[in-house]
Amino acid sequence: MIRIHVNGKEHRVAVEADTPLLWVLRDNLGLTGTKYGCGIALCGACTVQVNGEPVRSCVTPVSAVEGKRITTIEGLSVHGEHPVQKAWIALNVPQCGYCQSGQIMAAAALLAKTPKPTDAEIDTAMSGQLCRCGTYPRIRAAIKRAAGIEEA
Amino acid sequence: MGDLTDVSRRTFLKSTAVAGGALLIGFYLPAGRKALAAVEKTSAQFAPNAFLRIAPDNSITVIVKHLEMGQGVYTGLPMLVAEELEADWRQIKVESAPADVKLYANLAWGGTTQGTGGSTSLFNSWEQLRKAGAMARQMLIGAAAQRWKVDAKRLKAESGFVIDPKTGRRASYGSLAPAAAKLPAPMDVELKPAKEWKIIGQSLPRKDAVDKSTGRARFAQDIRLPGMLTALVVRPPRFGGKVKRFDATEAKAMPGVKTVVPIPQGVAVVAKDFWSAKKARDKLVVEWDDSAAETLSTDDLRKQYFELTKQPGTVARQQGEAASALSNSARRVEATFEFPYLAHAAMEPLNAVVRLTKNRCDIWAGSQQQTLDQAIAARIAGLKPEQVHIHTLIAGGSFGRHANPTSDYIAEAVAVAKATRSLGMPIHLAWTREDDMHGGYYRPMYVHAIEAGIDKDGNPVAWTHRIVGQSILAGTPFSGMIKNGVDATSVEGAANLPYAIPNLLVDLHTTQVGIPVLWWRSVGSTHTAFSTEVMIDELAQAAGKDPVEFRRALLKEQPRHLGVLELAAQKAGWGTPMPKGRARGVAVHESFRSYVAEVAEVTVHDDGTFKVDRVVCAVDCGVAVNPDVVRAQMESGIVFGLTAALHGAITLKDGHVEQSNFHDYPLLRINETPKIEVYIVPSEQNPTGVGEPGVPPIAPAVVNALRAATGKSVRQLPIRLES
Repeated sequence: MIRIHVNGKEHRVAVEADTPLLWVLRDNLGLTGTKYGCGIALCGACTVQVNGEPVRSCVTPVSAVEGKRITTIEGLSVHGEHPVQKAWIALNVPQCGYCQSGQIMAAAALLAKTPKPTDAEIDTAMSGQLCRCGTYPRIRAAIKRAAGIEEA
Repeated sequence: MGDLTDVSRRTFLKSTAVAGGALLIGFYLPAGRKALAAVEKTSAQFAPNAFLRIAPDNSITVIVKHLEMGQGVYTGLPMLVAEELEADWRQIKVESAPADVKLYANLAWGGTTQGTGGSTSLFNSWEQLRKAGAMARQMLIGAAAQRWKVDAKRLKAESGFVIDPKTGRRASYGSLAPAAAKLPAPMDVELKPAKEWKIIGQSLPRKDAVDKSTGRARFAQDIRLPGMLTALVVRPPRFGGKVKRFDATEAKAMPGVKTVVPIPQGVAVVAKDFWSAKKARDKLVVEWDDSAAETLSTDDLRKQYFELTKQPGTVARQQGEAASALSNSARRVEATFEFPYLAHAAMEPLNAVVRLTKNRCDIWAGSQQQTLDQAIAARIAGLKPEQVHIHTLIAGGSFGRHANPTSDYIAEAVAVAKATRSLGMPIHLAWTREDDMHGGYYRPMYVHAIEAGIDKDGNPVAWTHRIVGQSILAGTPFSGMIKNGVDATSVEGAANLPYAIPNLLVDLHTTQVGIPVLWWRSVGSTHTAFSTEVMIDELAQAAGKDPVEFRRALLKEQPRHLGVLELAAQKAGWGTPMPKGRARGVAVHESFRSYVAEVAEVTVHDDGTFKVDRVVCAVDCGVAVNPDVVRAQMESGIVFGLTAALHGAITLKDGHVEQSNFHDYPLLRINETPKIEVYIVPSEQNPTGVGEPGVPPIAPAVVNALRAATGKSVRQLPIRLES
C-alpha cells in the first residue's frame, strides 16, 4: 500500500512502487484529466504539480511522491476559476485539448513563482510542453492575460 | 459546388416526436424511394437520425456528424443551426452523431460515406444545417400560432423564444417543442440573407473550451467501463512482417496480466491496467517471419526516386508544348525537391475502447470515418454493421491519421475483444507513443523535379513538373478516385498550378513500396505547395523581379489568390527595408477551396542557424463563420507546417522505422514559435475549409525568406541550411 495526497485527499493504492504516478492517477484514482503523451518526459501532457513544482508524472514513480502534495488539473480549481483556466477559456486556447491539462498545470506553476513573467521566462517554463495543434501563440497570450500583463 | 446544389434540391425533411416531447428534426438525402423507406423505418424506432433536438427544459442539442479533433466543428457547425433557429448560443449543447450513412454522410464525398476530412465539414454542412435550423424555427412558430390562434406570419423568433409583437406574448422553444413535434414538416424553408445574420460571422466562444481547460473533456483514453481491461499489442518490427512464434510464459506471470493472445496484427497482452500491460509486453518474446516484409531503406528509395525523375511519367496536366518552349526559352531553372515520410504524431496516441457481446459491439473512439470503421469492425466481429455502435468521442488530434483504409486501431481493438470474448470484459486497446510513431500510414516520401523557362523579358513561358512517390489511394477502398492512372492526391496543388504559364506539363510516377501511406493535414499540398512556390520564387530571382510583383503579374486571372497575396504583403510591410541578416519570403496556395498567403520573416545568424520571427497570414475561406476559429486554424496550420519544415522526417533502415518518440521526431516548441498574425479577406462566398489550408504556404515562405537572406536555395525538407 502506498499513501499519496492528491488534490487535498489522502489515497491508499495497491500498486508496485515503480508504477509511474501518471498511471496511478489515471487507472487507480480515475483522474483522467492528466494525459499520457510520450511516457518519457518529452511532451508534458502528464504534467502535475508536486509541492507546487511542475512534474512529469509519466516518469515519476509513485513511491517518490509519498507524503508530498500532488495537484492535478482536477484539483487546480473547482469549476475552472483559476486565473490561468479563465484566461485559457477567454482566449479559446484549446483546440484538440489533449495537451491542455499539462499546459495549464505548467503555466499555473510558473505564475505561482513568477507572477509577471517575461516572454523569455514564458518560453523557458513552457518549452517542455508540446502542442501538436500549435496553440502556442494563444498559450503565450493567455499566460500574460492571467498575469495581468498588457500585450504590446 | 454543383453537388451541394443538387443535394439541396433532393433534400427531404421529416420530423418525429420522441420520448419526452422533444422536437427532433432531421433531413434526409434519399437516393430513391427504397432509401426513403429505410429512413422512415429507422425514425420510427427513434434512432437519433437528426441534427437537432429541443427539450422541454429549453436545451437545444445539435447533433454533429463530424469528428471534433481540434478544428472547431463542435462550435462552427452548431452556429449554423443556431443562426437559422434564432437560438440563444448558451442554449446549445453538442452531441456526436452515431454511424448512419443515410443521415450523416459527408455530402462533399458524394454522400456515400460518413466521415471528416479534406476540410469539408463546414463546406458540406453549410446548407444542410442552416435548413435544419430554419425548419425547426418555422415549426416552433407554427406551434405558437396554433396555441395563440393567430396567423403565424405576424410572429417572430428570437433568442429561443417565439414572440408575438402585437401582444408582447412570448413562448420558449422548450414549451413549444411537444406541439411543434406534431406539426407537419415544411417542405421548403427560406434561409436568412447574410445581412440578418446574428451568429454567423461572430467569434463565439468554443463550446469545448471549458471542458478542455478543466480536464473534464473525455477522450477515448479516458473511457472507464466496469471491468475494462487494457491491451497493448506487440507488432511486427517491419511492415508486412508476421508472427512466427511467441513465448508468453514470462509475460503471463507478470502481475495484473489476464491473458496473452495472438491476433492478426501481432500478439496482444491484456492486463488490468496500462502499466501492467506495458511491463508484461516488455517481457513477451516474439519471433518474426519477415519473408513478406518490406526491408528497404529510405536512402535506397531516394536513389530510385531520383532516377525516376529522369523518365517521363503519367500525364496529369498538359497544356501547350512545354518541351519545345523550354528549349526555346531565354533562361532555364532546374530544381529537384525532396520530401521525407512524415508521421501525424497527434498528442493522443491511437486507442479505442470496445465492448463486444454476442449480438452487439460498442466502440468508443475518435472515429473519423464512422461508417467504414463500423463496416470493418462488423466484419471482424462477425456482426452486421447495424449491430456495431460507434460512439464518436473528441480526438486528441488526428491530422488525417484516424481516417485510414483499414481502420487499423479500431480493427485491432475489435480483434482483441474477439480473441478475449471469454473474459467478457470491455477492452481498451492502447498504443504507446512508440507504437504510434512506428505504426505507418505516413505522409508519403516524394521527389519532385521542376524545370521552367523564362523569356528575355523574364516572363515564364514553360514549366515541367515531375512528381515521384507512392499513391495514397491505390489498393484502398478509395482507389476508385484514381483517374487515368493519376492519384489526384499526389498532384493536387501542382496539376492546378494557378500561374499563367502558357506551356505546362505535370506528370507522375506512382511507386510501389510496402510502407503504408496516408493523407496528412493538407495532403498533396504538403509537398506541391513547397516545390511550386519555391520554384516560382527562384524564377522571380532569375528574372530579376520582386517575388510579390512576379506572382501578381501571373495571377491576373486568379482574383482570390491575388486577394490573399496583396493582403498578406500589405500587412507584412512587404518591400520595406529589413536589418542585415533578416529577410521576408512569401508563398500563396489554394487547397480545399480556400486561399492562403503567408509572409515569413527570418533571422539568419552568423553560425548558420536561423529563426522564424514573424508570420503574416491572409486567408480567403469565403464567409468566416467564426473568425476566431479561422484565425486559430491558421495559427495551428502554420505551427504544423513549420514543424515539418524544421524538424519532420521518418526514415527507414532495412525496413525498420528509425524514429520512435519526440526526441528523434521533434515537434515545434513554444520557444521556436514565431509571432503569428492572421487577416481574413471579407467574402460573401460560401464557406470553405480552414483545418488544412494554413499548412501548405509556410514551408516555402520560410525557404524563400532564407534564400532572400542568404542567397542559398533550399530544396529539401526538413530544412538543413548547412547542407
